[in-house]
Amino acid sequence: MSSVKFYTRFERFWHWTQAFLIISMLITGFEIHGTFALFGYEQAVDLHIIFAWSLIVLWIFAIFWHLTTGEWRQYCASCSSDILAMVKYYSFDIFLGGGHPHHKTRAEKLNPLQRMAYLALHLFIAPLLWISGWLYLFYSYWDVVGISGLSLGSVAMVHTAAAFLILTFLVAHLYLALTMSEKMADLKAMLTGYQEIDTDN
Amino acid sequence: MKNTLFRAVCCALSGLLLSGSLLASLEKPENQSEPISNSTADHSKFEELQKEFGKGPEVTKACLGCHTEASKQLHQTKHWNWKFTNPETGQTLGKSTIVNNFCLSVSTNLPRCTSCHIGYGWKDDTFDFTSEVNVDCLVCHDTTGTYKKYPAGAGHPAYVDKPFPPKGGKKIFKAVDLQAVAQSVGKTSRETCGACHFYGGGGDGVKHGDMDSSMTNPDKQLDVHMGTDGLDFVCADCHTTDGHETQGSRYNITAKDTHRIDIIGRDDKSRASCESCHGMTPHEETINDKLNDHTDRVACQTCHIPKFARGGKPSKTWWDWSTAGRKTADGKHIMEKDENGYVTYVTKKGNFEWGENLVPEYAWLSGNIRYRELEEKVDPESITALNTFDGSYADKDSRIWPFKVMRGKQPYDKVNNTLAIAHLFGKDKDAYWKSYSWDKALAAAMKNVGANFSGEYGFLETTMHWPLAHMIAPKEEALQCSDCHAKDGRLASLTDFYLPGRDSNKWVDTIGWLAVVGTIGGVFTHGFGRLVANRRRKRQ
Repeated sequence: MSSVKFYTRFERFWHWTQAFLIISMLITGFEIHGTFALFGYEQAVDLHIIFAWSLIVLWIFAIFWHLTTGEWRQYCASCSSDILAMVKYYSFDIFLGGGHPHHKTRAEKLNPLQRMAYLALHLFIAPLLWISGWLYLFYSYWDVVGISGLSLGSVAMVHTAAAFLILTFLVAHLYLALTMSEKMADLKAMLTGYQEIDTDN
Repeated sequence: MKNTLFRAVCCALSGLLLSGSLLASLEKPENQSEPISNSTADHSKFEELQKEFGKGPEVTKACLGCHTEASKQLHQTKHWNWKFTNPETGQTLGKSTIVNNFCLSVSTNLPRCTSCHIGYGWKDDTFDFTSEVNVDCLVCHDTTGTYKKYPAGAGHPAYVDKPFPPKGGKKIFKAVDLQAVAQSVGKTSRETCGACHFYGGGGDGVKHGDMDSSMTNPDKQLDVHMGTDGLDFVCADCHTTDGHETQGSRYNITAKDTHRIDIIGRDDKSRASCESCHGMTPHEETINDKLNDHTDRVACQTCHIPKFARGGKPSKTWWDWSTAGRKTADGKHIMEKDENGYVTYVTKKGNFEWGENLVPEYAWLSGNIRYRELEEKVDPESITALNTFDGSYADKDSRIWPFKVMRGKQPYDKVNNTLAIAHLFGKDKDAYWKSYSWDKALAAAMKNVGANFSGEYGFLETTMHWPLAHMIAPKEEALQCSDCHAKDGRLASLTDFYLPGRDSNKWVDTIGWLAVVGTIGGVFTHGFGRLVANRRRKRQ
């Protein structure tokens, strides 16, 4: 075993700021949705808007970082047999004591299932949220930019559905991140940047 | 050097003075009690008014000596004709024709109803609408507060001390001093306008709900513009007049005034909409800036009249004519009151309900209000709307408006299925308040307007929507987002659009929560399975 610098300072900043913003937007978003009352409707709307713009700025930096460092390759889809191997591991081997089919390295930080999940997050759920969210935010300007044939109800429906996907993702992410490594090594890595990895093979 | 210093001091001083005078001009003078007239004419010095007047029209004649065109102008107005032709529907509307669910209709009840007419002597159909001396100048221009039309005087004040009701009434209408009133005429006031408009429907606050005698001298808490401790607006500050024609009629209401802020010389002269002074983006910009966004679909009044009948006077909300006419065993009239002292039953009029601090009802309104005409068919099984109006979420010209909805039961013709009006007031035997016979009262009134009446009558429930525009609360008391953006908020009955905070898609919510709860269950099962499997492996 050795300790390898896995996550740069920016990557960790991005991860934790995004975590805060997404969780905050889930809370304020579901308050706006009428699920519960916490901040009060207007406060919730204001916070949701502030967090949304913060996340947009963060994403601009993150996209720039991914493109310039080439780290975007981390999300390239793996072949289906590798994904199936991961599915088999989580479904059976993990209970039977079988070994993890993926070996973490600096060049391949994500296992095939993670690659697929994050790719889906970035290419499907996030755009769904952004586009529906912007339409929702700029509802009053639909006439100005010539958007017709769209209803606020359907935009809100898509936005809410995407929010449920994020919440579901968050539950699974927390489970996997907190329980899959010995002594919360993955969490420590995301805090310190250094990941314990198996260097034997 | 000295010179520069002097100049600087002068500049500073004049700046101070200027800002001080600016501030002073923004604030109203403290002494409000004695209105100082700045008119160039002191009517008490006019020889024409230095004489005894027998009756009202004699005063008008004297007025017309100088104000030669005044009556001709007034002859054109709704205040005089009680008629209004809706430009959009062509309907002839106005007080003289429409049916309401208070005293039902004006016809055949003239001398009582026309005690609020701006004329003298409209007691029957022979009234001469072209008579210039029959215009009552004083009822609007009195500044003494002593000029009061006698309730059954067809527009005349009491010329000798007179009780009301005429026989055995406790309230004495004092003989008016026409000379004194004529000599002190001035601009209209909350009091003169309110003498009729605050008492519509037969009493203080009965009809409108946002206008009652508490608005004669309101504080700014009751109405932020009219408050005497604030801006001290009178009615005519917004209901501007031009040649005696008053702006701001309910019959062709401007539901959305997208015309820019009106400035003299550039725009129209009407101030009878909030937007004519405040424009369409009156709120301070905020993060969400939804208040300015909302002005396109939510009327100013909707948020800024959080409640009506707020001045300590109740407004009538229910009037059931079907129970009228009940008397005690020995034939005496009955009067019942509730715990607040509000009259809930009188023999002459039936049952009432009243309310104070009422929450308005809300509806989309584009301005085109139609009133039910007498010959229109009704469905006695359902509630009949006496007025209807255009407006919906899909209609971009409409906005959500607040209303007082007056409800009640009133007579209808059971065979013809039309509303029926009643001859209530009069000395003749047909009048309901003499005979207590609906047969006679309905037949007489229907005959009078030339309407068919089968002779068979029943009572049906009706509603009448009264748009609210007064009793504007201070901004701190305006509605908050969550008053409407909530599951059971104020707009619960307006369901033709998606309202965030209230609405959701049941499928998205159900599947969404199933996915979330399912995932939580899944990870717990998975984790528990791993725990069990680990322990088993260790034991082996």
